[in-house]
Amino acid sequence: MKLLIKKGRIIDPSQGIDQIGDLLVEEGIIKGIADDIPSDQYTKVFWAKEKWVLPGLVDIHVHLRDPGQEWKEDIETGTRAALYGGVLRVACMPNTVPPNDTPEITSYILKKVEEKGYVKVYPIGCITQGQKGEELTEFGRLKEAGVVAVSDDGKWVAHSEVMKRALLYAKQFNLAVISHCEDPTLSQGGQINEGFFSAKLGLKGIPWSAEVAAVVRDLLLAKETGQPVHLAHLSCKEVFPFLRWAKEEDIPFTAETCPHYFCLTEKEVDEYNTLAKVNPPLRREEDVLAIKEALKEGLIQVIASDHAPHSVLEKEVEFSLASPGMIGLQTLLPLSLTLVKEGWLNPLKLTECLITNPAKVINVEPPSLKPGKKAELIVFDPNKTYVLGPDVIQSKSKNTPFLNKELQGITVLAVIGEKVWEFNQPV
Amino acid sequence: MDLTSKPQHVLDIASLSSEEIKSFLELGETLKEILKRPIPKVPTLRGRLIVLLFYEPSTRTRFSFDRAAKALSADTLTFSAKGSSIEKGESLLDTVKNLKAIGAELVVIRHPMEGAPHFIAKNANIPVVNAGDGTHEHPTQALLDLLTVKERLGDFTGLKVAILGDIKHSRVAKSDILAFQKMGAKVYVSGPAYLLPTPLEEEYFRIYPGGFKICYDPKEAIRDADIVIALRVQRERHGKPLIPSFTEYQTFFGLTFKELELIKEGALLMHPGPINWGVELSPEVEQYPFQVILDQVENGVAIRMAILLKLLTGGKTYEVTH
Repeated sequence: MKLLIKKGRIIDPSQGIDQIGDLLVEEGIIKGIADDIPSDQYTKVFWAKEKWVLPGLVDIHVHLRDPGQEWKEDIETGTRAALYGGVLRVACMPNTVPPNDTPEITSYILKKVEEKGYVKVYPIGCITQGQKGEELTEFGRLKEAGVVAVSDDGKWVAHSEVMKRALLYAKQFNLAVISHCEDPTLSQGGQINEGFFSAKLGLKGIPWSAEVAAVVRDLLLAKETGQPVHLAHLSCKEVFPFLRWAKEEDIPFTAETCPHYFCLTEKEVDEYNTLAKVNPPLRREEDVLAIKEALKEGLIQVIASDHAPHSVLEKEVEFSLASPGMIGLQTLLPLSLTLVKEGWLNPLKLTECLITNPAKVINVEPPSLKPGKKAELIVFDPNKTYVLGPDVIQSKSKNTPFLNKELQGITVLAVIGEKVWEFNQPV
Repeated sequence: MDLTSKPQHVLDIASLSSEEIKSFLELGETLKEILKRPIPKVPTLRGRLIVLLFYEPSTRTRFSFDRAAKALSADTLTFSAKGSSIEKGESLLDTVKNLKAIGAELVVIRHPMEGAPHFIAKNANIPVVNAGDGTHEHPTQALLDLLTVKERLGDFTGLKVAILGDIKHSRVAKSDILAFQKMGAKVYVSGPAYLLPTPLEEEYFRIYPGGFKICYDPKEAIRDADIVIALRVQRERHGKPLIPSFTEYQTFFGLTFKELELIKEGALLMHPGPINWGVELSPEVEQYPFQVILDQVENGVAIRMAILLKLLTGGKTYEVTH
């Protein structure tokens, strides 16, 4: 089968191109890009005028909740949400039940992906057994089973020597190390950002120092071990002087943020809105601004969703009982588009943050529109506006502060090899 | 004054306007007279069912609401977490829905989690009165404090209120800070520095220019104050004791006659109770002529009558007073 995508804006960070043109896919393989490719009667033509043609996004911070919490999400629904969001590869966090700290769990995930999954899934294993922060997991056997990175996810490895061992051992097996930087001795019991709203709502605050203290410790260990640390979902402005310092010192690190940290502020939690409860917490206007600047400066290289599905059972409860997190696979690109609209990043830079840079973090070759590569691409309409109703959301859970809000930008077509999905468009 | 407008809930001082606060105080003053009658009871809320939902221990507040409801002839169901279906794992929302099905028309709730009253107000479609939620607010305590001050001093404008103690974990402090400022007073707080609002949190409490100040020196807070409110040193809300020792606290933050020499002549001394005598208050200050601690308790009944009446009837007082 031939698929000709015509007159789209082709943006491919793997080749550094951003041009209007045609792209031809034949038998699931990219044939080429040119100004004008003629079609014949055997060619399916997709008209992509004023739309973006991109390699599929790579989201390295996703919770699929499978095994163990399938009422929130499972591998089928989570990867379907990814597909609809134009995310054709996800790395899934290990805080399942039980956590992904053994090769058996990794194999279960990959087997289920093979049977039910829509997109490519890279499992992330735990750093320590049971995420307890004490004993390392079997990095070697996890790697053999298919793990690309290790992380204790929501739990920062507080014991510094254990973390140092993990970095050294990860280096030996070429595994990425992802750190959720929050010092629990400062953040424990915290519900929202420490400041105006923690005062107003009487909820225990999480100060920015919890994040910065953890980041600095991790950078020191990265320097000492030579193993890069990937700093997940940074949220506050006070962290960036230290990242600048780390760059000057040639400390190996990569840094990530999520759309909610540059699209929302702590105001969202007013009136005890549990949909806006997330770790790290939403912060102030000045943090939102600093994150945009850090993306522009290149201090942050990766945008991930931190897709964290929770059902009404975990969200329609007292604030302190509510689980933190929000879904994000389908809003990743629409919300990130803000950065282009406001002039912080050009589309090519933005796609680096969403495609090539995250792939580099987990040491995999990024999807590409180069001739000869397997087709792994999306067409995205950056102008389409629509309401993110529950019917639009493909996840089992609908927990997002953007629920029923208007969004701009939507994936209209996805191609993986010979499989082509053309999505019905919401109104 | 529009006494016929019917607020739906009393969730926190933050969401009450100064007009609403004033109307509660006026109604409270009127209703207080009922409590002085030979038979201190009127039939206004006869047959109405009020549930007192207490997820935390309470003596004063629970009895005060109970007394207020009964003085208006309402029926009450008192419910404490121990010995109920909560121990079987029933959720707060289900509990309230069930009580509503039983016939409850209004819920008074005390809960260890901040925002629990707001949560049921939003989801259970029943009037809710917050009787203290975690470290958030205790609005009826602030209203009774205001009523006590109004009785004694008449007006709030320009008064200096000093609040001493663990501001961070005190829902009473948070409600008082807002309530006194809304009525035109200025509020100075002091206590151990780490139990005061952080610089980041201060902005929230400063609702009028010059109306709020954090003092590291307790003397600065109490000097020339018109009202001093001592807070209870809370032990149960901290995981571990946050006070180095009671002796240390008493020495640097406790009130004795020596500190009371700094306040204005005739200034009021208040405490929301229960008091740790010998810690935040030295036993001798019970003799201070302008301590109004039991007046506060008495006014608590009147103000809670006003709240119940307003929420259940819109505050039509005619039939009550005549």
